[in-house]
Amino acid sequence: MKKELPEHFREYRHVWVFMELERGQVHPVSFELLGEGRRLADQLGVQLAGAVLGPPGEATSHAVTEAFAYGADLVYLLETPLLTDYRNEPFTKALTDLVVTYKPEILLLGATTLGRDLAGSVATTLLTGLTADCTELDVDTDGSLAATRPTFGGSLLCTIYTLNCRPQMATVRPRVMRMPLRTNKPVGRVIRHDLPMVEEEIATKVLGFLSDGKSETANLAYADVVVAGGLGLGAAENMRLLKNLARTIGGEYGCSRPLVQKGWMPVDRQIGQTGKTIRPKLYIAAGISGAIQHRVGVEGADLILAVNTDPNAPIFEFAHLGVVADAIGLLPALTEVFSRRLAPSRRVKLVT
Amino acid sequence: MHIVVCIKQVPDSAQIRVHPVTNTIMRQGVPTIINPYDLFALEEALKLRDSHGGKVTVLTMGPAMAEEALRKSLTYGADGAVLLTDRCFAGSDTLATSFALSKAIAKIGDAFGTPDIVFTGKQTIDGDTAQVGPGIAKRLNFRQLTYVAKITSIDLASRAITVERRSEGGTQILNSRLPCLITMLEGVNAIRRGSLDDALRAACSEIVKWNAADAGIEEITKCGLRGSPTVVKRVFAPTPRAQSAVQIETSDKTLRHVADEVVASILTQQPALELALSSNLA
Ligand SMILES: Cc1cc2nc3c(=O)[nH]c(=O)nc-3n(C[C@H](O)[C@H](O)[C@H](O)COP(=O)(O)OP(=O)(O)OC[C@H]3O[C@@H](n4cnc5c(N)ncnc54)[C@H](O)[C@@H]3O)c2cc1C
Repeated sequence: MKKELPEHFREYRHVWVFMELERGQVHPVSFELLGEGRRLADQLGVQLAGAVLGPPGEATSHAVTEAFAYGADLVYLLETPLLTDYRNEPFTKALTDLVVTYKPEILLLGATTLGRDLAGSVATTLLTGLTADCTELDVDTDGSLAATRPTFGGSLLCTIYTLNCRPQMATVRPRVMRMPLRTNKPVGRVIRHDLPMVEEEIATKVLGFLSDGKSETANLAYADVVVAGGLGLGAAENMRLLKNLARTIGGEYGCSRPLVQKGWMPVDRQIGQTGKTIRPKLYIAAGISGAIQHRVGVEGADLILAVNTDPNAPIFEFAHLGVVADAIGLLPALTEVFSRRLAPSRRVKLVT
Repeated sequence: MHIVVCIKQVPDSAQIRVHPVTNTIMRQGVPTIINPYDLFALEEALKLRDSHGGKVTVLTMGPAMAEEALRKSLTYGADGAVLLTDRCFAGSDTLATSFALSKAIAKIGDAFGTPDIVFTGKQTIDGDTAQVGPGIAKRLNFRQLTYVAKITSIDLASRAITVERRSEGGTQILNSRLPCLITMLEGVNAIRRGSLDDALRAACSEIVKWNAADAGIEEITKCGLRGSPTVVKRVFAPTPRAQSAVQIETSDKTLRHVADEVVASILTQQPALELALSSNLA
């Protein structure tokens, strides 16, 4: 069923990825989206473009280089000091202007605080459809974007189409899509665009930025190894068992939602639907039942080890390795075995 | 100061079950609650009113039964409540929802005083999109302040507001202008219980009910399914993984032995991990 788009929508071509730059850094979700966008563009036989918005300087030129290295065919670049820190007003105007001028048929953004703030305003300005937090993107036989996202707290999935409006917009959370390989593709075509706006038109000013201390920012989403605990750990003081194991294997620690609600863990350690999505090489879940809202956040892990006293816990349905055991006893034992196994050089030093 | 708080009545999704055979949602008997994230917005609005004076109006779009959520908001201390309800809103996506709500807010402005701030929660627990707040802001041409953790100051005379906004890896301190739309972060304030006076007042207050025409919405085609560019084509259950966990036997073993076996098994299944883990430590 090929749908007939109005004449003015037929000019909409190509797949775009918004390159998220905040405080000079490209957010890795942008690379993940370029990987996904490449696949969609190839299926549609169109080009993949990165949209880089930021202040003139090194950060934007780095973002341009990286967009090509991760698969873009061309880059739309809008540089102005007005875009130094993220503010909704100039970013919405900038991205909307680019879309109206160059007409992508698909526009992808990361479902980060920045991406969600921006995507909502841009879609409303353009009066087009926006599908949030997609976990799967595909091109249908008629060429439309099929965007799949969890619904009802993750218990069901639904596939959503944007009919009769362009562009088709979607956001995807960090770590849901695979990180593509970086190549050394040289910088290609860069199309520069201006923002007809002056600082006086922008009501919102950034007075300051309080960076999360290094120790507090859990880089959970991008950790290779994550050790997480659930209510099965029983008490706040058992959090140190998690932290010890995580430290021993050089990983991050996380938790299920109730531990945040109990105040045993800070909110940025929560994994799952309303927390972080992770994609580690190894995920250890101790005393976590494996509710669907938790599951959706960890399914991308290469290897899931579950420790739970209940042999019927749902976590065993999606873990790769399971142990029916008391996590409070097993965590220290694991810590000990890992530290012996992984630090032979240190041991040798002690002996000699 | 007049503050409008948008709330939504949602199914308590912790209690939602999917029918094992038909894969449809079993809604019967599922209790409804005020979207938990909206309560932080309501609380913040009430706090501002308590310290700066003025009033708080709660607004929801939904079926007739959403009146319960509004009445509950009155027991927390809201001053007025508006229910926007009409068949033509059924099937609204976020774009259509933000259209209807922004129209109703404009009408609330005409009827009960222009709002200085519109609040929403960070997102809902059923839709989870975080799109309706930004949509309303855009349509009303209000400044948009999302993921706000704290309202540092408000100066009604100069129409200025300072907030702390959560962003990736830190907190932005923003100064902006009223009127603005704020989406409130969760866990940033303690939700009040509501006084006996409020409960009595809520029980006998009238909830204003508007249909599309009452809210001054003439463009019905921008509402409901017709006004929604996104269309749900397919709903399905996630495919279960073919194989369940390889179980490590624990009977008659010390925890040390179990741990030995677990680590051995991890490293056999993912040999590359040994190197990765060792280099993590370096
Ligand atoms: C809208 C919504 C969003 C949500 N978002 C999230 C989210 O993002 N992330 C999230 O995690 N949850 C989320 N939840 C909550 C989710 O539904 C579950 O309630 C939660 O994941 C359960 O946490 P848990 O497994 O730690 O606790 P429980 O379900 O209580 O499970 C504890 C487990 O520990 C086991 N156990 C007990 N003692 C021991 C022991 N000594 N050793 C080993 N095992 C033991 C038990 O057998 C049990 O399986 C959300 C819920 C809702 C409604």
